[in-house]
Amino acid sequence: MTAPAIETRGLRKNFGALMVANGIDFALEAGARHALIGPNGAGKTTFVNLVSGALSPSAGRILLGGEDVTRLTQAPRVKRGLVRTFQITMLFRGLSVLENVALAIGEHAGLAGDLLRPAGTRSGVVERAYAMLERLDLADDAARPVRELPYGRQRLVEIAVALGLEPRVLLLDEPAAGVPGDESGIIIETIESLPADIAVLIIEHDMDLVFRFAQRITVLVQGSVLMEGTPAEIADDPRVREIYLGERAR
Amino acid sequence: MAASRLGQTDSSPIAPAAITALSRRHRLRPLEALPWIAALASYFLFPDYLALGAQILIAILFALSLDLILGYAGIVTLGQAAFFGMGAYTAGILAVHGWTEPISGLLAAAAAAGTLGIVTGFVVLRTEGLPLLMLTLVVAEMIAEIANKWDALTGGADGLQSMTIAPVFGLFRFDLLGRTAFGYALAVLFLCWLLVRAIVYSPFGRSLTGIRENATRMHAIGAPVLTRRITVYAIAGSLSGIAGALLAQTEQFVGLQTLSFERSGGVVIMLILGGTGRLYGAFIGVPLYMLAQDQLAERYPVYWSAGIGVLLIAVALGARGGAFGLWDRASHWIAR
Repeated sequence: MTAPAIETRGLRKNFGALMVANGIDFALEAGARHALIGPNGAGKTTFVNLVSGALSPSAGRILLGGEDVTRLTQAPRVKRGLVRTFQITMLFRGLSVLENVALAIGEHAGLAGDLLRPAGTRSGVVERAYAMLERLDLADDAARPVRELPYGRQRLVEIAVALGLEPRVLLLDEPAAGVPGDESGIIIETIESLPADIAVLIIEHDMDLVFRFAQRITVLVQGSVLMEGTPAEIADDPRVREIYLGERAR
Repeated sequence: MAASRLGQTDSSPIAPAAITALSRRHRLRPLEALPWIAALASYFLFPDYLALGAQILIAILFALSLDLILGYAGIVTLGQAAFFGMGAYTAGILAVHGWTEPISGLLAAAAAAGTLGIVTGFVVLRTEGLPLLMLTLVVAEMIAEIANKWDALTGGADGLQSMTIAPVFGLFRFDLLGRTAFGYALAVLFLCWLLVRAIVYSPFGRSLTGIRENATRMHAIGAPVLTRRITVYAIAGSLSGIAGALLAQTEQFVGLQTLSFERSGGVVIMLILGGTGRLYGAFIGVPLYMLAQDQLAERYPVYWSAGIGVLLIAVALGARGGAFGLWDRASHWIAR
């Protein structure tokens, strides 16, 4: 049996008295389509920050493909194929769309430590970045600075940057958040057509998307896992309906 | 639809404009010869001002080194004089002790200042913004105070006296007119500029821009941000050290003012006047500042620094991006 793509054991994080992750045991299987849901403030983004290494846990362990990465910083985790996106777009706003993706690809190819040779001439990085933009229908905006793009397009660039890092595990933190309905289609399409060997964990408030996309769902409430199961099990659970789905329906 | 797109990686037979632009950005443009032509011309046009000219070239190198960290990597500092002074004192102390060969003196200065950059960068670069500004200031003040108190090595408040520097390549003696000083400073500035230019267009340089634009994103794409910042801080420190050593060798004197807060602050002002992150901001800002200083000091001998202050306020309010910012807006306006 292969080790889970990500596993957390007793993951705990507190800011002073505020407990934001309270002993989370979680496994994301290789190639899984998994969703993490929960009310606002449940600690979903904190969980992504812990797993990706942006925050270090107060206690507990994080395993990536069976390897303990708890003590590693973000960079080596990314090198091992763990890639995340951000709930609020995190891009190089002054740089062109193409360069945003090229920076990621160059970094992943291990070229970015190169001090003296011109960046533009390096082993097809720019071409690969452009090919990525073509895949996501972003090629027409390649030369435009990111800040000039509508927000929905920026979310797509965010995904292009993540895919440029050739992830084996992808953590998507509300990829369609803040995107107007008519622009979210391409984002959802892109997510649904991700290669099957990438394990995907998606945090999302759009329940239609969650139930359409995920094979398994984990419900997080106040820093703890309330339950995990198939979409059908989650939808039928009275606690989930009360705490989460009910609350949203109000 | 998206599924079929995801499989494809073919690009069009003719490279799209966006690719061409990005992969040719590093190529030399004819306009980039302008500062060098101007410098060479002034050697022949103003033979009586070569000593001043050498000082300007040295200040340009200092500002250029600052541009690398402030303009490209977004590291704000009020302590760059620490590296300038470190280089000046290294070259000076070597010369006083009999090591008078100038080029190896420059290299020693670069090594000493670069080491200072690695050691202090390891601590101060863990912070950003205002705390970073304060810490760089603290480092510079500490170095200045060590130089002040360590009389035996540095000459303390009197500075390093009776330095002699051997002729460059054993051929070009440092003369009173400053011909050698000018040529020497120009050649060193040119080589350092080549290095800085290569760095800013390299993948490393682009990743610095990424760090300036969004450090959180750089972490998330797997960049070792702290290492990159320390690296560029050390490189800029080395270049500042070379500038300091040039001043020491051409003036054959090193004093505490090489480490002063005025020098740290002054170089920031010069760079901002010219424009940061543009590679040529130093080449415009330094002469602009020195010209303004000269004119103001002539007219208002007592209050000239107030005039510099007014100029800075004007730049901050009306000309963000310095001279280059104005140029950008003017060319935008004309293009419309």
